[in-house]
Amino acid sequence: MEIMYVYTRKRSEFGRPCSFSDRPAEVNVDIPPDPSMASSFILRNPVDSYVQHTSDMSEHEVNTERVEVESRGVNHVEGGWPKDINPQEVEQTIRFRKKVEKDENYVNTITHLGTLMEHCVKQNNAINIYKEYFEEEEMVEVEDEPPSAKTINVIRDPNVTKRTATHLSWHPDTCKKLAVAYSSLEFQQNMKNMSFDSYIWDLENPNKPELVLRPSSPLVSLEYNPKDSHVLVGGCYNGQMAYWDTRKGGLPVEVSAVEVSHRDPVYGAIWLQSKTGTECFSASTDGQVLWWDIRKLAEPTEMLVLDITRKGLLENALGAVTLEFEPTMPTKFMVGTEQGIVIACNRKAKTPPEKITSTYSGHHGPVYALARNPFYPKIFLTVGDWTARIWSEEIKESSIMWTKYHLSYLTDGCWSTVRPAVFFTTRSDGTLDVWDFLFKQNDPSLSLKVCDEPLSSLRLQDNGCVVGCGSKLGTVTLLEISSGLCTLQRNEKMLATAMFERETKREKILEARHREMRLKERARSEGQGSEVEERPVESPQEVLDRARKEFFEVIEVELQRQARAETQHLGGKVKDRAGEEEAAVVAAAQGEESQLPKDKEEEEEEEKDAAKEP
Amino acid sequence: AEVEETLKRIQAHRGVVATMVVNAEGIPIRTTLDNSTTVQYAGLLHQLTMKARSTVRDIDPQNDLTFLRIRSKKHEIMVAPDKEYLLIVIQNPCE
Repeated sequence: MEIMYVYTRKRSEFGRPCSFSDRPAEVNVDIPPDPSMASSFILRNPVDSYVQHTSDMSEHEVNTERVEVESRGVNHVEGGWPKDINPQEVEQTIRFRKKVEKDENYVNTITHLGTLMEHCVKQNNAINIYKEYFEEEEMVEVEDEPPSAKTINVIRDPNVTKRTATHLSWHPDTCKKLAVAYSSLEFQQNMKNMSFDSYIWDLENPNKPELVLRPSSPLVSLEYNPKDSHVLVGGCYNGQMAYWDTRKGGLPVEVSAVEVSHRDPVYGAIWLQSKTGTECFSASTDGQVLWWDIRKLAEPTEMLVLDITRKGLLENALGAVTLEFEPTMPTKFMVGTEQGIVIACNRKAKTPPEKITSTYSGHHGPVYALARNPFYPKIFLTVGDWTARIWSEEIKESSIMWTKYHLSYLTDGCWSTVRPAVFFTTRSDGTLDVWDFLFKQNDPSLSLKVCDEPLSSLRLQDNGCVVGCGSKLGTVTLLEISSGLCTLQRNEKMLATAMFERETKREKILEARHREMRLKERARSEGQGSEVEERPVESPQEVLDRARKEFFEVIEVELQRQARAETQHLGGKVKDRAGEEEAAVVAAAQGEESQLPKDKEEEEEEEKDAAKEP
Repeated sequence: AEVEETLKRIQAHRGVVATMVVNAEGIPIRTTLDNSTTVQYAGLLHQLTMKARSTVRDIDPQNDLTFLRIRSKKHEIMVAPDKEYLLIVIQNPCE
């Protein structure tokens, strides 16, 4: 609502001077108080009122820049010589020294210090004050602390575009160095400025890699040579194999030829046990396993196609996702495939079809990790889809033990090198699980959330205490697990052996029973097959006779029913009429019956015609 | 002569690798090692001794540093300080 006041004036009066005049006060509005409303007046007591007097604060985040530390050496130069003496001149220095030695103060001091020093030297020689005495008694205490792990180091990918840390390999001797392969495993997601480099990190310096490896294509797998710690072999994203010598720098010493290499990323590359220490083999999702000698990477020395129908056809081949080799059994190796099947192969078989000795299927998805138990070579662990399974080589039908189904994918796993029943798994929700199968089989003994992004790879150091896990954004976290999980308990080997044997036996019994049941089924189904064949012979003639019989039976039943109904209905009144009608009904029935034979004859004629026709 | 004897005796003890005498300015007066190593030890240990002494005296001004022992993985470095000179002995503790 607009408040407007209309002011009109005659045109002739425009511009006239205003003449103000006094006017007495006028009451415009007078609202007297209404006493009737006084009763509805509520006194509010107390009244809440708030007052705030604080200084204004605002929140800021401050993050200091990471201090870049570098190790440098200092060069010491001789100094302190008095001005007139030149330190380079031997004569002058000797003269100076002789002068000092003649000083009385010098003699006294040195004598005094000498006795003091001798005392300490003799002390050192007498007994080692820092030696660990009474060590054996400490072992008696049993530590009951809950298992735990703490992060000792975090190594991040220094590039801007983060890549997944796909493979970790510890330096064989010192375990102070870690080689990490970085690549992007997303299908066709390679960004233009993504670097191809992989790094070797020294744990003393997590800010800067010790060595940068520059392949022509990102590395998917990377392994140190266990015999020669300067040599590494890497499998590339484009299927080539390359090897490096750390003494020679970051470029590969030799790269395999593209034509004979794999056609898919090389997911597994492992060194073989050989006299020369230069043999390795690799597997990839194109279905081939190739053997190489790194001195001559121009062509592979041997090839195997992972075709479980044993025909050696590449079309039927299963893609390999992981490879396993145990140096104690040099002729056998195992391959985990994309299809969820684990293939055990024998390298020394005579013909290619015989190379594939057995298959184990049980996973619903790709088998991401495959590892033999270092204490029991017949037992191996597979990690894939949502579970981890333990298998025995003898039982081919199913795994002997398995974990429950998790909510997220399991991406990698490995056994502990010190305890036979402990293994580690990583999940795609960033959790690292430590399982102790002797203690608890339903849940992991320790479950740690390492980071928010999925963990892609896992590797345990040889001492069993430090484990490194690589994540999707290229962060490698090193964790040290509590001593309870990495020291061998007293009866552990015995208990573990007993457990594995028990499970293996159980599976054997189940397998035997299954086989029996299957044999019985087969026998039964064969018997049933012969019965089913006899019935079709009778159909044409006997079906017809049966139909005819049934037809007449139905008619008879109907007639009898009608007769009974009529007699009941008319029973009381007139017996003659009933009798007549009965007779009529019976005559009608007979008429029908007489008709029926006619129908029957007609039918028979029809049948004969039908029979004559074919 | 006495000095000679003392130093020889110390050097003869089991496990002793080296002995040296350094003055307050860091000049090696007597040493059994080569010059560059001696210079390095002299410079570093002198500073460390000064720091140790000042630490001890900071805590209690009546106190003073009598002896400094640095035990490392490989050997033990023993320093006997004085106002003007330092006697340094490097020994391999028996094991």
